[in-house]
Amino acid sequence: MTSELGELYQEVILEHSKAPRNFRRPASANHEAEGYNPLCGDRCTVYIDMDGEKINEIGFQGAGCAISRASASMMTQMVKGKTKAEAAKLFEQFHNLVTGKDETAQAGDLGKMAVFGGVSKFPARVKCATLAWHTLQSALEDEKKQEPVSTEQ
Amino acid sequence: MSIAVHQTNSGSAALDIERIKHDFPILDQTIHGKRLVYLDSAATSQKPRAVIDAIVRYYEHDNANIHRGVHTLSMRATEAHDTARQTVRRFLNAADTREIIFVRGATEAINLVAQSYGRTHVGSGDEILITAMEHHSNIVPWQILCEEKGAHLRVAPIDDRGELELDKFAELIGPRTKLVAVTQVSNALGTVTPLREMIELAHRKGVPVLVDGAQAVPHLAVDVQALDCDFYVFSGHKVYAPTGIGVLYGKRSLLEAMPPYQGGGDMISSVTFEKTTYNDLPYKFEAGTPDIAGAIALGAAIQYIGRLGIDKIAAHEHDLLAYATAKVGALPGVRLIGTARERAGVLSFVMEGVHPHDLGTILDREGIAIRTGHHCAQPVMERFGIPATARASFAVYNTRQDVDALVEGMRKAHEVFA
Repeated sequence: MTSELGELYQEVILEHSKAPRNFRRPASANHEAEGYNPLCGDRCTVYIDMDGEKINEIGFQGAGCAISRASASMMTQMVKGKTKAEAAKLFEQFHNLVTGKDETAQAGDLGKMAVFGGVSKFPARVKCATLAWHTLQSALEDEKKQEPVSTEQ
Repeated sequence: MSIAVHQTNSGSAALDIERIKHDFPILDQTIHGKRLVYLDSAATSQKPRAVIDAIVRYYEHDNANIHRGVHTLSMRATEAHDTARQTVRRFLNAADTREIIFVRGATEAINLVAQSYGRTHVGSGDEILITAMEHHSNIVPWQILCEEKGAHLRVAPIDDRGELELDKFAELIGPRTKLVAVTQVSNALGTVTPLREMIELAHRKGVPVLVDGAQAVPHLAVDVQALDCDFYVFSGHKVYAPTGIGVLYGKRSLLEAMPPYQGGGDMISSVTFEKTTYNDLPYKFEAGTPDIAGAIALGAAIQYIGRLGIDKIAAHEHDLLAYATAKVGALPGVRLIGTARERAGVLSFVMEGVHPHDLGTILDREGIAIRTGHHCAQPVMERFGIPATARASFAVYNTRQDVDALVEGMRKAHEVFA
């Protein structure tokens, strides 16, 4: 692999894409939203068990590329137990990281998810990395979304 | 699977592809340090020097508005534009140059027919028949029309190989069918449809047929009179011409009876505030200053194809497709999507454990350009139960070496995700 490819497909990303965590619908889920990337057909549904402002339990399902699966998997691990506001702040940091706006994001609150920094060298793949996050945002807002949230909105 | 072999004229020499590659300046570059291997011609083809030169020559020597001025440049531009229309007529073997309407592309041509022919002939409860392998551009314009008129869109199914189920197609042509709109070559599967039979079946019931030839014209000789289709559409940019120019062919009797699609200059013969008289064909459907350079460049592209010989191009591409089908199909974990007995230009596939997007990114780093996604044919993806495929598509400038590079790149992708 070239070095840029190596940064994109880091071992932890490949590992999460092959064996995604929280790849299920939690029985207690009371919020959900479907995310869709019309450019590639990737789909992602995020389920949340909200306790007031807190994300008690979270899971996801869907079909997508390695980047989108790994991003969804690691996102669920990261936001579990966080509040809505904390999750929104993480999304902002993550977005800045993958779009290359914030070179120092690695040192921020993103922890393990800093491995997605390599995505910034692949602009065509930014939407793969953010699909789950857009869907999370939508799921947090509404109890049940009728229309899938799109990466193109 | 087997692929129908197109025979070349016996004794004629095969094409010298290495020389042809040099006709396409863009191919002479490296991507991420690797030789560019362009396998995305079904999305858009690259342009030969002859086409690029025609655009430059037009703007450097002849640029003026057409059908207006008496000055020399306007006459030159008009003549070049007219000549391009004649070149297109010969290319499709249409009976009459007035049957050739310049549009922006296949999409606009289909919308023109839907809005002009469709709105006057389709009413509540009527039906339009398409196939399950249409591009979105041959689905959505009909949905818009059906929505407006309270008509119904019927879809003829395809089998697991991606071939049309001809008997079911025949059954779906009913007393309320007002138009059949079908592709000649599927952009997602490469399937060549049994067009002659389909048109005959439709005509037996008095139903006109529109053919989407966007993926067909680069790969096979088209004769609209032999096919007896009523409308035929294609885009210039898939056949070595620039983007922004395309063609609607329509039988003269149909076009003459159709109302204009857009109003404006050039499509009228006289305008007063009380009454406007429309111009004759083809101008009735060409409102506003057209893409003059685009039409001229399309003419140049067709002449380029003519110099090589469409039959020789078809033979070369068939050889390449058969080679690629065997090589790619033999890779572990690869499933070909679209295994019709007759295919043209396109190899669609999925790779176990490697999402098409990831494959596309990895191949790009090897200098290889393929298309990944749903190819604007989401119903096809749904039919095969997959969200996306990887698609390698071929043009005259591709070689077996290109296929070998693709296979090598796929092996690398397999290693990354193994």
